[in-house]
Order: sequence, then C-alpha cells, then structure tokens
Amino acid sequence: MTKQQANWSPYDNNGGSCVAIAGADYCVVAADTRMSTGYSILTRDYSKICKLADKCVMASSGFQADVKALQKVLAARHLIYQQQHNKQMSCPAMGQLLSNTLYYKRFFPYYSFNVLGGLDSEGKGCVFTYDAVGSYERVGYSSQGSGSTLIMPFLDNQLKSPSPLLLPALDAVTPLSESEAVDLVKTVFASATERDIYTGDKLEIVVLNAEGIRREYIELRKD
Amino acid sequence: MFRNQYDTDVTTWSPAGRLFQVEYAMEAVKQGSAAIGLRSKTHVVLACVNKANSELSSHQKKIFKVDDHIGVAIAGLTADGRVLSRYMRSECINHSFTYESPLPVGRLVVQLADKAQVCTQRSWKRPFGVGLLVGGLDESGAHLYYNCPSGNYFEYQAFAIGSRSQAAKTYLERRFENFVDSSWDDLIKDALIATRETLQGEKLRSSICTVAVMGVGEPFHILDQETVQQLIDKFELVVEDEGPAAEPDAAAAEEGAEEGDAAEQGGDADQGAAPDQGVAPMEI
Repeated sequence: MTKQQANWSPYDNNGGSCVAIAGADYCVVAADTRMSTGYSILTRDYSKICKLADKCVMASSGFQADVKALQKVLAARHLIYQQQHNKQMSCPAMGQLLSNTLYYKRFFPYYSFNVLGGLDSEGKGCVFTYDAVGSYERVGYSSQGSGSTLIMPFLDNQLKSPSPLLLPALDAVTPLSESEAVDLVKTVFASATERDIYTGDKLEIVVLNAEGIRREYIELRKD
Repeated sequence: MFRNQYDTDVTTWSPAGRLFQVEYAMEAVKQGSAAIGLRSKTHVVLACVNKANSELSSHQKKIFKVDDHIGVAIAGLTADGRVLSRYMRSECINHSFTYESPLPVGRLVVQLADKAQVCTQRSWKRPFGVGLLVGGLDESGAHLYYNCPSGNYFEYQAFAIGSRSQAAKTYLERRFENFVDSSWDDLIKDALIATRETLQGEKLRSSICTVAVMGVGEPFHILDQETVQQLIDKFELVVEDEGPAAEPDAAAAEEGAEEGDAAEQGGDADQGAAPDQGVAPMEI
C-alpha cells in the first residue's frame, strides 16, 4: 500500500528573479517582470516589487498569488503601525514583521521568496533575505528566485563579501557607488536572462537613497 | 434634567417613553469642547477648539484621521472617542484589504451607529459618551455625518457640537446655503469663524484650535499651526474693516500678495494677542 499522493497542489511557481544590493547610503532592489507558469508566459509586464514603507521595498519571487496576499497583509499592518506610532516603519522593523508574518503560516506557507531592501535608521543601505517560512538575515546583497543560482555566485565574486567569521565583524555593505551598483544589477540580469528561461522581458530597478525612491526599466531578452 | 427613579439603568424605560441614561450620555457630548464640521460639494472641513485642563498640560486630540478619505472630530468623553476612532480605522483597513477600494462613509457611519445602539440595550454596558462628526468623500461626493450616543446618525451640510455650539450653529444656519459651492479657502474661513463664535469673545489663535481638511484629490490632513494662523490673520483683519460678511474676492485678491501680507498680519496679530496671554483659558 503506497502512500497517497495529492492530485492537486495549492501552489504554482510563477518564476522570476530578484536581487538587492546595499550601499553606504543607498539600496538597489531589482526584479525582472516576467510571470510564467510551467513553460508558458502569463505576462511580460508584472511587477514583483512592492513599496512597503518610505524607506523599505520588497521584491518577491515564487507564487505571485501568495506574494500579493503577503504584500496586502504587510501594507495593512504598516497602516496600523503608522496610526499607532505616528511614524513610518523602519526597514529593520519591517524586516522583523515580515519574518513573523511568514512564520505565522509555518504550516501552510506563503510560497514567496523575498528580499527586503531599504535604508536603516542611520541612512545606510540594508538588505534582508528570507526563506519561505521567515528565516532571515541582514546581508550586504542577496538574490532569490529561479535565477538566483546563476546570480548569487556572480554577486559573491563581484561584491567580495568579507567572511562572517572575521573578528571584528566587517560591514558587508558594498563600497561601490550607486551607479556602479545599478550597472552591476543590469549586467547580472542580462546574464541570468541568457540561461534561465523564467527570467527576462524587462528589468525593474528601484533605488532608495536620501533623496527618495527612483524607478528605472531596462529591456531584457524576450525569448 | 432632574434625577428620577427611571434613570439608573439604560435598560429601564421611563413612563414617558424615554431612556434617561441615553439622554444623559448626550449631555456629556454637550459638556465637551466644541467641534464643527462643514462641507461643500468637493471638500469637508472639521475644526475643533482645543482646551487644555491647565497651562501645564497638552491639548487633547479631538480630530482623528480614519483613512485618506475619512476624518472624525469628537466632542465629549475623548477616551470613548479614541476607542471608536480605532474601530473606524480598523473597519476601513479591513474593507480596503477585502475590496481594494475605500470604505464609503455612509457604510462606516451605519456600522458606528449600530455599535452605539448595542450599548443602549445591554444592562452590563453604558452608552458611549461621545458625539462624532464624521466627514468623508465617496463616489457620490463629500459628506458630513453626526453620530449620537443614542445610535442615531444624521447627514448635515454643516453642524456644530459641544459646549457653546449653538453660537456656531447660528452662524452656520445663516451661511450654509452658500457652502455647496464654496472654495477651499472660503470653507475653512467659515469653519474658523464658526469656531470663533464658540469662543465668546476670546481671541481666536491657532494654538487653541485644530483644523482638518479632506477633499477630492486631497487626502485627509490636519493643517499645521502656521497655516491656520495665516488663515486666521487673513480673515480676522478683513472682518474688522469690512464687517462680518467678508467677500471671497478680498481673500482671493490677497492670495497673490499673501507672503508679504502674512508677515505684516502676523506682526499685528502678535501685538493684539499680547494683552490676552495673561488670561487663563476659560473652563469648558
């Protein structure tokens, strides 16, 4: 008697890749805009990036229905926070909230692989990377999604992250300038688009710095 | 009203068919400091008088943002008002979450009224001791509602509640027919004049009043003290020169020269206010 297998799954993978890079006084968050299912493309123009607070942006890849639900929950929670505290949530605070929200559904998870990017209370760039159930860590850069296996090693090579074993602890935030970081992101996505079938169409780049939030779109290969 | 044998419980009717506890709750609203609301076709203005218990303490918050398109001004037990505002905010967030659209004011007001009614029909509860002026925008335009502790609600073109509100209502009754087509400036000017009426002679300063606006394309926001003082200065001098029915033209003409004038008027207002500063704020 073999174990019964489910003949229906509540999840689907809509593919796509996300990246975030933290700088000394900026943060770059980027994701492609292709939404797929199986070997088909659903749309070439879907944003995976969501602004959660003035200084906090989230990019999520995975099952976009769960991503949308997660974004709505966080937006509502942020509204409540603002009404109670009379101020915007900081990026680290939102980071913790996201982790708690994901773990809340530990036994029916949000199929959402997130990177959170923004500025901390000192104005320095911060990036948090998550798994589907809320395990998270503050890092200097990260990628998630179908292209992450191609992107992450390249970011490791270029951004020369110091070992976390070093004492005293060194900042993982990159010394690159904002424009250099944006160029790196464009290069990284161009490469990922070549080999990952789920990544392509357009690249959406969001840059947060002291002046505010800026958005850019770059064309990617559509095959 | 005098004490009688039917006024102990909210669940006891009087032989005349009255619920005294509910009426006493409405008295609590009349004892609170004044709150005023007016609306035009496209905007709603809420104003209130902020009286602190003493010069040492801060003012109580009487105007709350409920959502981008809804705001509320309260009079009476401000603690009850705070709790109801939190309920209203929660309802708006839940509606937006489910329907991806703003909660229509009319619906919110009914929910609030039903909540108030429950407290008039339970022996273990007491009625809310707060009156709420709910202003909001929806697809059918700008609305202003008044919610009673009794669970009743009414829609108004303009209304005032709280102590000495009758003076404001008298002014509003004279002018309300013009409000529908009022401009942003005129609506606020009328709100400030109505607020001044409740002060019974005390000079209107931005430190003792709060003004909030919401309108089509303009999310709810509370005006900062400087803006309010500039607006007060703009019309207060005009009124002294030209009489109570100040023309909108005068206000419009001043708009262009506002920055130069405001500095002068600010100076004048300071000289006028100085003798008043020694006087303690009036008891509510």
